[in-house]
Amino acid sequence: MASLKDLRNRIASVKATQKITKAMQMVAAAKLRRAQQAAESARPFSQRMDAVMANIATAIGDSEGAPKLLSGTGGDQTHLLVVATAERGLCGGFNSSISRLARDRARELLAGGKQVKILPVGKKGADVLKREFADIMLPTVDLRDVKYVGFDNANDITKQVLAMFDAGEFDVATLFYAEFQSVISQVPTAQQIIPPEIKEVEEAETASSASTVYDYEPDEAEILEDLLPRNVAVQIFRALLENAASEQGARMSAMDNATRNAGEMIDKLTLTFNRQRQAQITKELIEIISGAEAL
Amino acid sequence: MADNFNFELVSPEQLLLSGEAQMVTIPGTEGDMGVLANHAPVMTALRPGLVSAQMVEGEEQTFFVAGGFADITPSGVTVLAEFSLPKSDVTREVFDDQKRLAREAVDAAEDDARKTSAQSYLDQLTNLESTLF
Repeated sequence: MASLKDLRNRIASVKATQKITKAMQMVAAAKLRRAQQAAESARPFSQRMDAVMANIATAIGDSEGAPKLLSGTGGDQTHLLVVATAERGLCGGFNSSISRLARDRARELLAGGKQVKILPVGKKGADVLKREFADIMLPTVDLRDVKYVGFDNANDITKQVLAMFDAGEFDVATLFYAEFQSVISQVPTAQQIIPPEIKEVEEAETASSASTVYDYEPDEAEILEDLLPRNVAVQIFRALLENAASEQGARMSAMDNATRNAGEMIDKLTLTFNRQRQAQITKELIEIISGAEAL
Repeated sequence: MADNFNFELVSPEQLLLSGEAQMVTIPGTEGDMGVLANHAPVMTALRPGLVSAQMVEGEEQTFFVAGGFADITPSGVTVLAEFSLPKSDVTREVFDDQKRLAREAVDAAEDDARKTSAQSYLDQLTNLESTLF
């Protein structure tokens, strides 16, 4: 049985831990607000981009001369998995659920006789995937020093991905990230970015814009050549922002849980402590009384 | 009175401007273009320059944009800018940063075609310098 002193120490340490988790929760809440705002303000751009992409794709997507970035290389032998996770842990199942999704996909592809390359963005996912896929991992993209994800970060990753694509190092690229739905729900998502999935534009919009014949300045090919890499960058940027919001959300709920658990633990320990103190007092009293009686 | 149309200026980071406009001037790669309502559908790439929008309410607003596209339809105009700021927020530092990026792109270009396009981008940016400051 633990002594009173042990119990007191134990309570103190749990209290200290609770303070830390509480602080982390509050920090996460503050960061979440910012991350969510960033994700929301980036949304119009990617939405418009999707619409424009859909327009152009329907205009020239099927023609022979369509760029490879749009139509794909024709093969699907080599896959690139871009796995975006967090740089830090202590955020519940956030990192593991993304890496699990990526791992399952990689296993499936490997079992199907495909080649797989993994480009991890963020240290945590890289650590998990390294255990199984060490030989097909590319160097991790480190975002640890980045406080708030900017478009530049996405651009850097895009450049790397596109350089690989130009060199013919892969046929299909898929992006893994967690889509932010709410503080308690982040959905790990796999999104194919090269060749892009052309999203169905809503009926009303299609009727008004896709049916109209566009003039292009300079010409279509040139615009498309400029637009496609940018689209990849936008998708990656969006994924990074969603991820940032998801990470903070996950951390906030994880830390909320931890704080609550610590509270319960403190209550339980305090109860044991009081009970034991009482027992000791009683014991001492009995000793005194029985000592007095013996006289 | 001319018709109004919907104008949106978005950069990856945020929605800078959204509302009813009377006329918008866009720095296209092939030259500046003024857009009024019911314009024929055009998609144009942008060169670094100034987008100015005469909104229905309020004064004319001017933004610095670098790279991107404008999607023009009869019902509205959307400018998707790679980088954009209100003109008044463009400081020397911001501009120099853009120039530095452009210069790096020139140095990093591997083939001639890319080098030419990066170089012309840098030239356009340099031309803009005198109008801005």
